[in-house]
Amino acid sequence: MGTSNNGHGNGGTNGKELKVVGKPFRKVDARAKCAGQTKFADDIVLPRMLFAKLLRSHEPHAIIKSIDTSKARALPGVLAVITGKDLPIPYGILPVSQDEHTLCLDRVRFIGDPVAAVAAVDEDTAFDAMNLIEVEYEKLNTITSIEEAVMIDEPRIHEYGDGGNVHKKVHLEFGDLDKGFAEADLIREDVFFYEGNTHLPMEQHAAVAHYDPDNKLTLWSSTQTPHYVHRALAKVLEMRPAHIRVIATPNGGGFGGKSDPFNHEVAVCKLAMLTGRPVKITLTREEVFYCHRGRHPVLMKSRIGVKKDGAITALDFQSLLDGGAYGSYGVASTFYTGALQTVTYDVPRYRFRGLRAFTNKPPCGPKRGHGTPQPRFALEIQLDKIADQLNLDPAEMRLKHLVPPNSLTANYLRVGSMGLGKCIEKIVEGSDWKQKYRKLPFGKGVGIACSSYICGAGLPIYWNNMPHSGVQLGLDRQGGVRVQCGSIDIGQGSDSVLAYVVAEVLGIDPFDIRVVTADTDLTPVDLGSYSSRVTLMTGNAALQAAERARELLSIAVAEKLKAPIENLSFADRRVFDVENPEMGVTFAEAVVLAETKFGTIGTVGSYTPPASPGKFKGAGVGPSPAYSYSAAIAEADVDPETGIVTVERIWIGHDIGQSINPMLVMGQVEGGVYMGLGEALMEEMIYRANRNVVHKFPSLLEYKSPTTMEMCDVKTYLIEDADPNGPFGAKEVGQGPLLPVMPAIANAVYDAVGVRVDEVPITPEKVLMALRDKAKGKEGRFGPKDVPAVEWPTPMKVQTPAEGGDGREMPRVAIHS
Amino acid sequence: MNENERQTISVNLKINSVNHALQIEPRVSLLDALREFAGLTGTKKGCNQGACGACTVLVDGTRINSCFALAVQYEGRDITTIEGLAEDGELHALQSAFIEHDGFQCGYCTPGQICSAVGMFKEFQRGLPSAVSETMTGEIEFSDEEIKERMSGNLCRCGAYVGITEAIHEAFDAEVKR
Repeated sequence: MGTSNNGHGNGGTNGKELKVVGKPFRKVDARAKCAGQTKFADDIVLPRMLFAKLLRSHEPHAIIKSIDTSKARALPGVLAVITGKDLPIPYGILPVSQDEHTLCLDRVRFIGDPVAAVAAVDEDTAFDAMNLIEVEYEKLNTITSIEEAVMIDEPRIHEYGDGGNVHKKVHLEFGDLDKGFAEADLIREDVFFYEGNTHLPMEQHAAVAHYDPDNKLTLWSSTQTPHYVHRALAKVLEMRPAHIRVIATPNGGGFGGKSDPFNHEVAVCKLAMLTGRPVKITLTREEVFYCHRGRHPVLMKSRIGVKKDGAITALDFQSLLDGGAYGSYGVASTFYTGALQTVTYDVPRYRFRGLRAFTNKPPCGPKRGHGTPQPRFALEIQLDKIADQLNLDPAEMRLKHLVPPNSLTANYLRVGSMGLGKCIEKIVEGSDWKQKYRKLPFGKGVGIACSSYICGAGLPIYWNNMPHSGVQLGLDRQGGVRVQCGSIDIGQGSDSVLAYVVAEVLGIDPFDIRVVTADTDLTPVDLGSYSSRVTLMTGNAALQAAERARELLSIAVAEKLKAPIENLSFADRRVFDVENPEMGVTFAEAVVLAETKFGTIGTVGSYTPPASPGKFKGAGVGPSPAYSYSAAIAEADVDPETGIVTVERIWIGHDIGQSINPMLVMGQVEGGVYMGLGEALMEEMIYRANRNVVHKFPSLLEYKSPTTMEMCDVKTYLIEDADPNGPFGAKEVGQGPLLPVMPAIANAVYDAVGVRVDEVPITPEKVLMALRDKAKGKEGRFGPKDVPAVEWPTPMKVQTPAEGGDGREMPRVAIHS
Repeated sequence: MNENERQTISVNLKINSVNHALQIEPRVSLLDALREFAGLTGTKKGCNQGACGACTVLVDGTRINSCFALAVQYEGRDITTIEGLAEDGELHALQSAFIEHDGFQCGYCTPGQICSAVGMFKEFQRGLPSAVSETMTGEIEFSDEEIKERMSGNLCRCGAYVGITEAIHEAFDAEVKR
């Protein structure tokens, strides 16, 4: 029915009083979660179910000479053993990097790469069988760092990419950089390093596969992207997609870590098909570390030109990413480290060079903020250094140079609503910034940083022109409403958002609504819970479906009441004439009237983001229907004796557009601050310093993350300035509020003790080393000195909108010498 | 070793006031006994090494990490899991407070958080000091600081700590004053 919504949203409420949206309702799944009744993937038990285990490589880089599974097969209780040759078709989340195999074919690329899978009657037998598999490896030299990957071409970890062990190189240039730097009063060049870290969801990945006698396959899995898993399964298993059903179970935390199709998901499907019995796998915590797909370690160099008042004249940014052993989302991650620098402060001319390296480590991918926290860390510290040098207040300096709303950036990102100024003003006032900045006693300090994030990627992962999100509504003649959508609740409350939006439009209670989500058989496609897309995109799809249902009901009720259709209001489970409120019917009666008139009542809604103004190659990463904005001030205590940094409090302003539920929004903001605190101070995914590339601590005990003790006080300010593209004006909150936390803390450390730690995590050793450096009369800095030299490709040059560009690449001019 | 060689024993566990006769190996953890043998999947496995607290249950009112306990040790004891906290269909006050204060997002650590907090409050009532208590014997204030220290063994990766602390206050503050 009808065409897809694209960005008309209905931003704002047309003056109508909201009954559900903007109110702190509890989540629709709250009771089950607090009663231990939510069924996560590992909680599923099917009759005759087998258990699977993956044998993972203990070699970081090696050729598989042979695999002998005979002893494992002979073990009583073992029903199937498979190896790479049983599933030879590669897959990967991005069409450009289909470089993974369910089980390694002939080569392992990191410690933890799976080589065989076993299905047995119970988990212990599967474990025993796994240990009976004999694999003969021929060791290869390893690539352990960005520097090595750039310098050492052989052995190549993959046979594709941009040469040697470089996966991807990008070089984009927007506008005349030389002119920009010539206009600058001050030019700074700074180098930063952002260490990798991991999602660490409390739920270990789990999946259950069932192959029925009619040759239909069902997979339950803790995945954030059931649609992409569906596609990968069809490809690798060589099955018709119509015969595969993927059900995403509620995710016990995702944060981006469950967004790729995973080895274990394909393996259990194959094992279920071979044995004819259901097969479950639950990864151990150690294996979750090997699945990773977390934050890329990124080495960055930023050259920036500014006027005396801090106005940026040009920015030249380089990022070098340590991608680990596979592609994953890496090409997108690389672009993301260069995309969103331009949407906060006005950057008239901009150059970005990005490189992603393959190394023999677990693959990196998307973690909350995907590719944005690293450059944001660099840029916000660099601006702090500039403010210091120019003797400006860093809050005021930022406020003065904001990107205007409804504008187009140098790299062709369309900014709509822009509430960053209000965010800064709120936190400056709330934190008493002016009385604290550079005024607190030695050892105490404040720091400020800002950021922005997309509300959903403007383009899907595989090329198509279809909607990004679809919703179907079914109305029951007894007054119930069923919402079906492919989106998956990973704790962010997306199921609740669907219920709130529909309840608002239809004037019913959100708890009257049955939400059916993330089941490829029962729900229309939603691309998944990533890129902070769900509230805006499924919200708009739900809004459209609900408005269409309301229209059908209105026609039938108006006829019955003999009232003008525009007089009808939907509220309190009634449909009535606003001029004569007693004149009305119950919602259930309205459905009966509509069903009598039209037949069974069901409607659909869908959402497609607006087209991006950028037409150059690489313009696909960065565009979004809307951008959220955040600003944070951190107050920190730094002990100069121990180097220990304690964050006392964070004031954070977040431009949400419109809260669909302020309580859930606050939860996301606080969760973002919490995760940012961990990234800033302690979390790191690191490997032992030898050629073996062994993960230093693949355990929850030793991978340090903040507990209640380290969690700081959070003072949140929500800025509600409705965005025309958002449902009721809503924008994202799941990822954005994490971004300013790390640089705000780094800047607070400088304010406290006068030293710069230009990398995360800001550990006590690094603070002490910087303090010692300063005591020796040096710069007082801890951080990388430079980035390795890279042969960059010829830039793709694009004129900026201000220069009269049209968003296309300028013709490359041949240089004749 | 395979299943045919495995020696199992009978273990009787009283879980949420119901007796469960389980046939398990002596090395089975209480967590696995609950989840895999008694069919009570509300208790969660987050690390299986006592680091995250997701598996917290109550034994005679005392909180323990069930992944760190052997099921055979708990015969004859009163084991309470998240499934057993509600009474007569009414949620425990703390469960309701978690809902009201949005003390969770994904809900995976929540059963452990709730069981842990119930046990924590009993410890507090018994006058057990924590690492941040200013007195070893005197009256301790039921402060944010005390709650944070006492709940620091339960990780919440969604970072719902603010809501969790508020929920604990709401559920127990009145009892403290009594």
